Amino acid sequence: MSATIHQPTTPLELADAIRAAPRAIIVGAGTKPRLSRVSEDFARIATTKLRGIVEYEPSEFTFTALAGTPLREISAALAKCGQYLPFDPLFAEAGATIGGTVAAGVSGPGRFRFGGLRDFILGVRFVDGDGRLMRMGGKVVKNAAGFDLPKFFVGSLGRFGALAEVTFKVFPRAQATRTLRLLARDATALTKILTDAANTRWELDALDATPGEGFVYARLAGPEEALEVLAREIFARWPGATLTAEAARQLWREAGECAWAHAGGTLVKLAITPSAVPAVVEAVSGLPEARSWISAGGNVAWVSLPPGKSRATPWNWPAVTMRGAGPLWPGSPVNYNVFRAMKTALDPQGRYPALDS
Amino acid sequence: MASDAIKRLLALLPPGRVLAGAAHMAAYESDGLTAFRAAPLAVVVPETQDEVIAAVRFCHAEKLPFVARGSGTSLSGGSLPVTNGIVITLNRLNRVVRLDPIERVAVVESGMVNTHVTLAAQPYGLHFAPDPSSQSICTIGGNVAFNSGGAHCLKYGMTSNHVLGLKAVLATGEVVTFGGSSREQVGPDWTGLFCGNEGLFGIALEVTLQLLPRAEMFHTVLAGYATLEAAGEAVSAVIASGLLPGAIEIMDALALEAAVAAVHADYPPNSAAVLIVELEGPREVVAADRVRLEKILAGSGAMEVRVAKDAAERLAIWKGRKSAFSAVGRLSPDFIVQDGVVPRRKLGEALKHIGEYAAEARLRVANVFHAGDGNLHPLIMYNGREPDGLARAEALAGKILRMCIAMGGSITGEHGVGVEKRDYMPEMFTVDELDCMKRVRAAFDPETIANPGKMFPAAEAPVLAQHGLHPLEKAGVISRE
Ligand SMILES: Cc1cc2nc3c(=O)[nH]c(=O)nc-3n(C[C@H](O)[C@H](O)[C@H](O)COP(=O)(O)OP(=O)(O)OC[C@H]3O[C@@H](n4cnc5c(N)ncnc54)[C@H](O)[C@@H]3O)c2cc1C
Repeated sequence: MSATIHQPTTPLELADAIRAAPRAIIVGAGTKPRLSRVSEDFARIATTKLRGIVEYEPSEFTFTALAGTPLREISAALAKCGQYLPFDPLFAEAGATIGGTVAAGVSGPGRFRFGGLRDFILGVRFVDGDGRLMRMGGKVVKNAAGFDLPKFFVGSLGRFGALAEVTFKVFPRAQATRTLRLLARDATALTKILTDAANTRWELDALDATPGEGFVYARLAGPEEALEVLAREIFARWPGATLTAEAARQLWREAGECAWAHAGGTLVKLAITPSAVPAVVEAVSGLPEARSWISAGGNVAWVSLPPGKSRATPWNWPAVTMRGAGPLWPGSPVNYNVFRAMKTALDPQGRYPALDS
Repeated sequence: MASDAIKRLLALLPPGRVLAGAAHMAAYESDGLTAFRAAPLAVVVPETQDEVIAAVRFCHAEKLPFVARGSGTSLSGGSLPVTNGIVITLNRLNRVVRLDPIERVAVVESGMVNTHVTLAAQPYGLHFAPDPSSQSICTIGGNVAFNSGGAHCLKYGMTSNHVLGLKAVLATGEVVTFGGSSREQVGPDWTGLFCGNEGLFGIALEVTLQLLPRAEMFHTVLAGYATLEAAGEAVSAVIASGLLPGAIEIMDALALEAAVAAVHADYPPNSAAVLIVELEGPREVVAADRVRLEKILAGSGAMEVRVAKDAAERLAIWKGRKSAFSAVGRLSPDFIVQDGVVPRRKLGEALKHIGEYAAEARLRVANVFHAGDGNLHPLIMYNGREPDGLARAEALAGKILRMCIAMGGSITGEHGVGVEKRDYMPEMFTVDELDCMKRVRAAFDPETIANPGKMFPAAEAPVLAQHGLHPLEKAGVISRE
């Protein structure tokens, strides 16, 4: 890996740094290192000093922050006004930046209720492969002018442009939450709880599962007085227990930081559907020491393997490796001509790495 | 040459799929923006996805411009034909490919009508959230192309927030499948990029939609205010309280008057503005939230607050709201509707300016809008028979759009740029940004054959006709929001 690390402090400096580097990869706090593990030819440009909240209007439900702003800082500012990013951005405690989170395209348990990161991003400022600093999308909660490039940057891994600044929609936080742990006999029972619980009147706030332990975690959010009744109704259907506030905090921290995963191991995100959960569980059980965490009501599976390990055959589901060993795309990625054409549109000279490198 | 192309097209597709000739073309020469007209060379009416693919590949090979068309309700000239181009109309591509109530996903063909998705999902207690006022007629393909909204965007987002994946034939003839049935993806969000492309990338064939369980309970409140400002301040108070209503809408006096005349809507007497707030969710949550809402509204200086006691009263409130614009349209021979966005806290200021601009232009403007999103819908009334009627109305519309840009908002919240607002794009985006978007378009459509002349400022201007109600509104089939 190249030793030179540039640390621009403003969007214009970022554009300068990029124009000065014939080949460049942008890195945030490095909480998902596999995504930026590219050949040494690429100068590493870090966003760590490109930080700060540029604008926050609680009455608008929007904020704008420089790409290197730590999630922690954003969450703290929002919390002061009773607001939050409803998709529970991942790796906040580990120092993840908002820009890196967008580029990685990852959302936490809260994505179950109102949608993922892609559903809350409103605008971006970015530097394309020609070194031009541009703005796409808007700063208001609703905008349909021009192509939705902000969404395209979600999950784009810094392969098409460097994010300088991002604008998000936020929501008011519910007054109270309550987390229930439900017991599932096996993967099939667990899946049934996931799909049944999602199809009720309860409007759960999060719905995760740990197949290794046979637990489903359902989080309710809303006015305190409503939660007791809803919880009772859920327990009437499945056995389980309410977690203490402290245990719930621990649990969602574990989910949000992937603290359950092997330290220094491989971490893969799989985009699945709820009915695929049993198949995922089976595939994981065939790998020595593998662990998994199911999120978003069975729409995401996180898989962790011990350090240095990766799956020998491709996953049956779209997959991306966030940390550790193995290919970047360990599924069977499709490739269309338009993918190459988009690369040419945003990065004609190939300044940023290719999507498949 | 043109007729040769039609011959080859006729030979390519099964009989009855290609319409040509003036009589047929008349029905397709406009969309919901009735001010503009253009005559296409031919209209293709495919029955299958393969026929759409064949038609697009034909256009690509012949370098013939084409315009995809759903139900033609675009309010910005998005589905306006290209003179001597092909219109590919998708209404017959309207099958449900798959509906999975367990995973809460529907895969539908792009010509399916918006409400038909919810109708198909209803037996399972599910619904498709995006609800444009034109929903009983507009298509999913049109919703996707315009990333259409509705009254519930603040909480639920726009169309693209409910599209999980899609299959499309791009203008190059390449058939792609983006995303899938999972609510999460890996890699760049191609699906998200495709939504809102205004028909410039190609044609969506099949769309994978997320369905949501229908809320158990709705609590719909209508409050009358003596001034528009007071209604605006009530919105700010609701937002500041930490409540997240499903919808927050405002109608001004002129809109109220029209709704009373058109659908006999009943509003608190002497209201200069009416605010509609709707809470929804599990009944216990709504019960707690409504207490908070009642306190806020009691302190907001409302002259009268009415709560819908049952589903019928709720529907009546929404009927008045959803019919308001078409109703206003009936008060005037011609009108234009704008849909600029301003930061919510600047709503009051924006409405004040609109009033001043209208007075200067000697035109009447009614306002019905998505207050929760800052999405204005000023309806500018004018008489097209007055020599400068249209010009004055367009000048006023332009002033309003510029005000939205200056306030840090947008020229369109949900109706799209189309032909109507393409000349304002350079005021919202820099030369580099427009160039970047053109490069993106070229990635999908290197020959510029998919809906050319839309979104970007262009040289050739279509022929002006008259403003006024969409033909379907005149027939009372739909109303606009
Ligand atoms: C009375 C009235 C009320 C309205 N209310 C609202 C509202 O509340 N909210 C709102 O957002 N809009 C509203 N609209 C605007 C309009 O209904 C929406 O833009 C709608 O999504 C258009 O759908 P359509 O099927 O009529 O598309 P069309 O008008 O036929 O086409 C719209 C655009 O989509 C493209 N297109 C259509 N199908 C496809 C496809 N399969 N693949 C690719 N591109 C395609 C066309 O080329 C065109 O650019 C209203 C319009 C009217 C007339």
